[in-house]
Parts: sequence; structure tokens; C-alpha cells
Amino acid sequence: MERHEWPLFEVFVRAKRGLNHVHVGSLRAADHEMALHHARDLYTRRNEGVSIWVVRSDAVAASDPLAKDAMFEPSQDKVYRHPTHYAIPDSVPHI
Amino acid sequence: MGRQGAGVAADQGLGGEKPAAGGGGFDQAIARDQRIEPADEMPDGYRRTMVRQIAQHAHSEIIGMQPEGEWITRAPTLRRKAILLAKVQDEAGHGLYLYSAAETLGADRGDLTRRLIDGKQKYSSIFNYPTRSFADVGVIGWLVDGAAICNQVPLCRSSYGPYARAMIRICKEESFHQRQGYELLMTMMHGTPRQREMVQDAVDRWWWPSLMMFGPPDAQSPNTAQSMAWKIKRHTNDELRQRFVDMTVPQAAALGVTLPDPALRWNEERGHHDFGQPDWDELKRVISGDGPMNRRRLDRRRRADEDGAWVRSAAAAHAVRTSRAAGPGTGGLDGEA
Ligand SMILES: [Fe+2]
Ligand SMILES: [Fe+2]
Repeated sequence: MERHEWPLFEVFVRAKRGLNHVHVGSLRAADHEMALHHARDLYTRRNEGVSIWVVRSDAVAASDPLAKDAMFEPSQDKVYRHPTHYAIPDSVPHI
Repeated sequence: MGRQGAGVAADQGLGGEKPAAGGGGFDQAIARDQRIEPADEMPDGYRRTMVRQIAQHAHSEIIGMQPEGEWITRAPTLRRKAILLAKVQDEAGHGLYLYSAAETLGADRGDLTRRLIDGKQKYSSIFNYPTRSFADVGVIGWLVDGAAICNQVPLCRSSYGPYARAMIRICKEESFHQRQGYELLMTMMHGTPRQREMVQDAVDRWWWPSLMMFGPPDAQSPNTAQSMAWKIKRHTNDELRQRFVDMTVPQAAALGVTLPDPALRWNEERGHHDFGQPDWDELKRVISGDGPMNRRRLDRRRRADEDGAWVRSAAAAHAVRTSRAAGPGTGGLDGEA
């Protein structure tokens, strides 16, 4: 018999107000509404969240791990972007 | 930057199907104790081992719902019924976390279920034993979930990221499983002589199968060395078994039950308990399909899958129809707490 697989959704949970939604895993569901219900049952059985996002996995665009160096290296030699790059005498207050 | 589908969504834990390669990146990451993430390059053998281990683990959680699930309708009080329901629901959740982790390696959930039902992938031998009385529910929580905790705590540091993260989530929940079981047994041990007999009888039946949960002795476990080199596993079967015995002995004493092993005694020199060996031929028989409940467990799983087929296709058809009617978009992100 042919299996009717539901699409994959990525689940993001906000643990409490004031925090970002964080990726917690994935699940299968027929549509967004079912995905939210399943996410509630699967990822928040013990008060782990106050809000859930679900996103179809095939709607996520991601950076290529093989292109990681080209993608992230340019930020590595820009030490002047960090406050510790600047030498200020200890005698100068509040800076 | 690319659309998912070529398997580039590393950080989201999405399915990756990169060509496997044993390049320096992988070996270096393992040597530095870094996690391997879904779209990283990895040797074929590592991917295959990971998929097999995660799938077997997922199947064990799902099949593991059955022995205890049989007692939900016969729980002696509403409180025990609610606890047992929650526990069995947790096991379903554990299975789903793990199928989710397996899918990050390019495995397909439906295909894994098919393989389980067709007997092509295995699950833990422990669930092929029958649950004869309500005391079994307590002993499973205490010993079987206890052994699972011993196995799973080190897996929280397993080299494959999504597997390790699923384990962290699972371990948090297992503690409830073990404690509710132990508390149930304490209650029965404070009951009638008949209740105490039921507990001892259940301990006698589950002790040896629980020791088998750690797998064959190290000398007969050909995959252990490779799994340790890849840091999938952190301890050998015998090390974990020893740890479990040492932890369990004082718990049995506090409960007032006898562990059915005449060779069990404290060894001052080693600083560990000596104990007898389970019947390893029995383990082989049960793993290869010849345990007391193997047929029943797989039949039940197959029936659930077949009975659910129309629901899966009806829900899929409904989703297609409503998405056509509604057009794209299903609301923004701001309708939240
Ligand atoms: Fe579990
Ligand atoms: Fe459990």
C-alpha cells in the first residue's frame, strides 16, 4: 500500500515572554494547523513554552556548510569592530 | 545561500543528503569533541551507523508503549491511570524526537516505520516480554527506564548533534518514569503480602532481561570499538551494565526485594558489585524474533499503521483542498502570548 507522508515542519518554541523562539525539532503534519497541535503535544508537555511557530521545512533557506569559510571568514579579521580593540587608560572613567 | 532540498539547512537540523566523504573536517571535529551536524560531510559508515542506531532507538520507544499501555485501562486508581497515560505518551514523544533526528540524515520516517513492520530493523529486546500484573508497570519504570537512563545519559554527549539534543530532552523525562515506577512499588510493598509477592515476582522476571538491555558482553560486541572511536558511544556495554547494577542494589534493599542473582555481592577490592551473567543465548533468540511477545508486538504495530492509513490520506486530501481555497499564507507571527 502506498504511504501518504505528510510534509515536514520545523518547530520553534518561545519558552517564556522576553525570550526568542528557539528551534526544538521537527514533525510531520498534514497542514499548519495540525502541525501546531502536534507541536503542542510533542514539544510542550511540561510547560516548555508560551508560543509556537511552525514552518514548512522546505520553505527554509540555509547557508551552505561547505561555503562556511567564504561566508563567515570576512568577519574574522575585523578586530576593530570589538570594543577591546581600543586601548584607553585605566584612569579614564565610565568607558 | 540556497533553497532547502539540496540538503543545505545545517543549523536548522533539516534533512541533508550531502555526498558522504571521510574528509579531514569530520575527523578533526571528532578529535576536537565537536558535534557533527546534519549537512556536514561524514563518512558513509558513520551516516549508516547513526541512521540505524537512531531508528532502532525510535522503534524501541514506540514498541515500548505496548507492554505498559496494556495496563492503562486496568490501572487501580485514577491517579495511577493518569500517570501511566502520561508516561506512555512520553514514550511516543521520545519515538518522535528520534524519528525527527533520523530525518536530518536523509532517512524517511515512513520508510523507517515500514522497515520496523517488515522486521528489517530491530528494537530493544526488553519489550518482547509480557506484562503479567500491575506490579510489572512499577518494575518497568524502576528497572527498564532505569537501565535506559544509564544508557542514555552518556548519549547526551554523542557526536551527532541532533541525536545528542534529542537525548537531552528524553533524559529529562525519563527521571519521572523511573520515580513513578519506584513509588508505585513502594506503595505495593507497604500493602498486603499478596501485593509484596507480586512485586517480587515481577522483579524476578524483569531483572535478567533488564541486564540484557546493555547488549552483549564487550568481547562479543564487534561494533563497540568503531562507535567509541566515532564518539557515538562513550562507554562499553559492560561498563554501563556494571554502573546499573551498582545503582540498583541499594534501591532494591530500600524497597525490600531480592534481586534473583545468587552471585550478586559487593566486591571490596573492585569497589563494585560482582554479579552473574544473563543467558546470552536467550538474548540472541529474542533479538532474532523468537521472544515470547515478538509476533504480538509487531502485529499490533502493523495494525495501528494500517488502521491509520485512511486518516493520513484523508488529512492530506483535506490539507490540499483547504490550501487551494485559502491561497498562500496562514497568518503572521504576532498572534502570540
Ligand atoms: Fe523513553
Ligand atoms: Fe521511559
